[in-house]
Parts: sequence; structure tokens; C-alpha cells
Amino acid sequence: MILYIMCFFLFLVGVYGAITKRDLIKIILAIGIMGYSVNLFLVLLAYRTGALVPILKEGLNIPASMMVDPIPQALVLTSIVIELGITALMAALAIRIYQKYDTFDITKIRRLQG
Amino acid sequence: MILSQFIFVPLLAAFLIVLLARKKENFAAAIALAACAWILIVSFIAFFKLSSHGGMILNNTSGWKIPYTISLILDNLSAFMLIVVNLVAFLSAFYAIQYINHFTGKWNFFALFMLMVTGMNGVILTGDFFNLYVFMEIALFSAYALVAFGTESEELEAAFKYATMGAITSTMILFGIGILYSYTSTLTMADVGLQLRSAGAPKLIFLVYGLFIAGFGLKTALVPFHAWLPDAHPSAPAPISAMLSGVLIKTLGVYALVRIFFNVFGAPTVVLQILMLLGTLSIVIGGFLSIVQWDFKRLLGFSSVSQIGYVVIGFALGTPLGILGGILHLFYHAIFKSLLFLNSGAVEYATDTRDLRQLGGLSKELKVTSATNMVGTLSISGIPPFNGFFSKLIIIIACISAGQIVIGIIAALVSIVTLAYFLKVQKHAFYGKKGSAKVLEKVPIAMKTVMIILAALCLLSSVIMIPSIRKNYLNPIVDTVMGRTSYIDKIEPYLDNGSVK
Repeated sequence: MILYIMCFFLFLVGVYGAITKRDLIKIILAIGIMGYSVNLFLVLLAYRTGALVPILKEGLNIPASMMVDPIPQALVLTSIVIELGITALMAALAIRIYQKYDTFDITKIRRLQG
Repeated sequence: MILSQFIFVPLLAAFLIVLLARKKENFAAAIALAACAWILIVSFIAFFKLSSHGGMILNNTSGWKIPYTISLILDNLSAFMLIVVNLVAFLSAFYAIQYINHFTGKWNFFALFMLMVTGMNGVILTGDFFNLYVFMEIALFSAYALVAFGTESEELEAAFKYATMGAITSTMILFGIGILYSYTSTLTMADVGLQLRSAGAPKLIFLVYGLFIAGFGLKTALVPFHAWLPDAHPSAPAPISAMLSGVLIKTLGVYALVRIFFNVFGAPTVVLQILMLLGTLSIVIGGFLSIVQWDFKRLLGFSSVSQIGYVVIGFALGTPLGILGGILHLFYHAIFKSLLFLNSGAVEYATDTRDLRQLGGLSKELKVTSATNMVGTLSISGIPPFNGFFSKLIIIIACISAGQIVIGIIAALVSIVTLAYFLKVQKHAFYGKKGSAKVLEKVPIAMKTVMIILAALCLLSSVIMIPSIRKNYLNPIVDTVMGRTSYIDKIEPYLDNGSVK
């Protein structure tokens, strides 16, 4: 249980960072932290103490209750790839914004308002 | 009926454009148009063939049965959404052929455009929570890139804002999916609904509701989550604005909300009340913020916030009449808002500005644009016999008959406000005295054609209000949403609930 609470705390750290930080790069990192916490949460769901690989094979009689759940691990792989894409895109946008405005500070990047 | 073609045809087109049509810009446009035309025709066939399949087509993407495989499910609601999305996508792609001449990297544009169509079709067809997330990310990813397509300061800023908010809320949605998985051990939507119905929902479900309302509410641009829309939609090239406002916010937002909260969770009252409140706030705040805008496209962006509120309160009423109104307004708004955004694109193409203070007296030089914009104005403000009148009337009647008289009155009053700010556009852009902006270029023929088709559709789509057509084609959609758990019951026979062999 304590693991889940700490995982949720990590999620909140990410939300806090994304909301309060003023630097584009720090916002990207905070969104990364949120993503990691959710990935960690999914892996924690699948984890069972003392469980074994989920492989059905002759001579390897692992009961279903003693297997790790493989689905969340597949989900985490997919979501890591998606996060990679989003992070790369946002970093590219941040670089282009820096070229236009000469700053990473969002309080100074305010052409759009209202 | 092979459902996966809705996903692989545009995906294939996107990759073919990148592989074969680099720098050959007309070839890229041809591939994109062919793919859009193909899926548009197939979505019409799917819609009319659906009743002969018992109202539901289910494709498993592998030899396994659900819940062990990814499934694509076509029912009345998704068939209807496919038509809306692919119609607007085809017309926007056609419009873009000439509009995009103002930008470089035309093939890039069409590749991203087809990826966005892939994502939206995927969201509509999927029967699986995680796939919903993946397709949503595909659509959003290309939307972020397309908003920044012009690579000017404003566009980059708007895209970064959109990407930040989109990424945070997508993470929230994934978190919610994780919680649901931990409770039900399945990702298939129907199976999740079945298990929640038979075993009862845990207390933690309210956290899931909250995460999903925030997540999909941001994609819908409901009021506390609307801040990105008036920046992102105007910054994109006009055909993309039409796609974003016309269908993206409806597919990723309204459709996903309806599918999840009505069909999977069985329309919990607390959620409907929250959506009702957010919808009403959107109508009022979006409407009043539109009045003070001087940027043509930004005004249209705020107007989208207001109009999407009508769609959401229609669904949130939870009565058959309200849902009918919601579905109709969703369809009609896709048509007239695309038309208005394409008009603004034509004005920007011709005069190189979209500031209403610099425009004026364009009706003599841009005759077609002026006329189609008038049609769009009349439709969105709900003047009979244009389509917006019928959907707004149904929503207002549904509000009153459901006992929500205050909301009905608000909806009727904001409709007048809508007329006010669109008359402002008419006065400052097309009539009145000549502004400082000069007409530099003529509007090309492809853009004109699309605008005329959409303006004609504004009138012609009122036809589905004829009782016999409504009974045959619209009522099954309302039943799909209203049936709440009928979605689960229809899929249940296909579920393989055997234990692990």
C-alpha cells in the first residue's frame, strides 16, 4: 500500500511541477515525471511477491495465481513509446520557441492572451 | 465488413506520402484525397449496411476472442461519427490542396493530416480502453504538430500550450485506465462495464470519474479546461482549424465521454450533473468571450467552446430528446463550424489578415465567401430553415421538458448572443465601409467549391429532421446511447470468459 501512496505522491510532484514551473524545459520534465509515475503504477499492479514468469509450457507447471500479470507490462512499453514521442515534440517546440523569443520563461512568452 | 480499413487506409496513406511523395506535392495531395474519399465511401456503406448486421459489427484483430484480443466495434453511434469525421476530413483535404500553397512542406502537412484521421477513426471504432488512449495520442500528436505548422511565434506558443495541457490530461486518463484495470483485470470496455455492473463499483470509481472528466473534458474544451482552444484552433492552418473545431473536439471529447460514461458506467447521475454544469458554463462564458474578440478565427474558437456546451448539455440531460438534440447539434456544428473556419481561411488567403478592424466591405470582392459566410452565420445562430435551428430548438425543448427551465432559458438567450457576434463579423468583414486591408489574391476554385458544398449541406442536412428519416436513422443512434447497458449486452455473447487454459 505504501508503494501505491508513494507512486501517487510522485504523480502529484509531476502535476505540481507542470503547474507552477515557469521554465519550458522544467514543464517538459514535470510531464515526464507524471508519465513515469503512471508507468510505475501500472507495473506495480502487475507485480506479485514471489511470482514467476507468465509462460505456459510442458514441464513448467506454474499455477496461474503464481504468475506476474503480463498485460500492464505491455501497456507500459506502449506508453513509454508514446511519451518519448510527446517529449521529443515538446522539446522541438521549446527549441523553436527559444529561437523566436530568446527565452524559456513562460511569463515572457505571452503573445496570446484573453 | 472489414473495420480495420478505417484505420489502415489513412495510416498507409500517411506512410506512403512520406515514403513516395517527398517533395512531389501534388502526388501527396492525390494520395491523401484518394484515401479520404475511400474511407468516406466505406463509412457511408457501413452506416447503411449496419441494420442488416443487427446493429453491431465486431472484428477481432487476432485469432483470440475478446477480452484477450483488441476488438473493433461498429455500432450506430460510431457509424454516425465515422460519417461526420470522414466527411469533414475529405472536404478539408480538398480545400487544403490550394490553401496550403501559402506554406512550405505540403507533403508534411498531408502526412500529419492523414495520421490525425487515423487517430480519430481509431478512437471511434475501438472497443478497448488502452487502444482508445493510444489512438487518442496519435490524433493529438499530429494535432500538436499541425497547430505549430506555420512555425511563427504565436503558432509555436499555442502548440506548446496545447501539448502541455494535452499531455497532462492524457496521463490522467491513463492513470484512470490503470485504476479500472486493477479492479476488473480487463481492458475491454464492455467487459469492464459488465464486471462493474455485476460486482458493483468500488468507492475508488469516483476518482476514475474525476480523472476521465478532467481528461476528456479538456479534449472537449469544456469551460474550466478550455484555455487552449482559442489559442490552438486559430493558430492552425484553416483546414486544420476546421478539423480541430469541427471533429477533433467531438471525437476525442464528446464521443469518448458518451461512450465511456453512458455505455460503460451506465450514466451515473453525479457525472451527468457535473457535465450539465460544465456545459452551461461553456455556453455562457464561451458566448460572452466571443463578443469581445477582434480576431476572426479567435472569435470562432470561443464560439466553438460555446457551441460544444450545447452538445454536452444535450447529452447530460439523459433524456431521449436531449440526446437526439446532442447528436444533431454535434453533426450540424461539424458542418457549419468547418464552413466558418474555411471562410476565415479564405479571407486570410485573400487579404493576408484576419483582424476584423482592418477588414471591411469584402462582400463586393469576395462574393462567394461573403455568401457562404452568411449561410454559416444564419445556421450557427439558429435561424430557420438552416440546420442549427432544429438542433438548438430540440435541445431547448428537451431542457424544458426535463425540468431544467433555467438552463433552457440560458441556452435560448445565448443563441441570441451568438447571432450578435456573428453579425459583428458580417458587419466588420463583409459589409460596412472599406477597411485598410486590400484583396491581394483571388480565392482559388477548390476552396470556393468546398465552401459552396458545405453551405449547401447547411440547408440540406435539415432533411434528416423529416420524421421517417429520423425514425430510421437517428432513433437507433439515440437508442445506442440511451440503452446505457445495451452496448454491454450486445457484446456479451462474444466474450470469452473461460479461465486460462
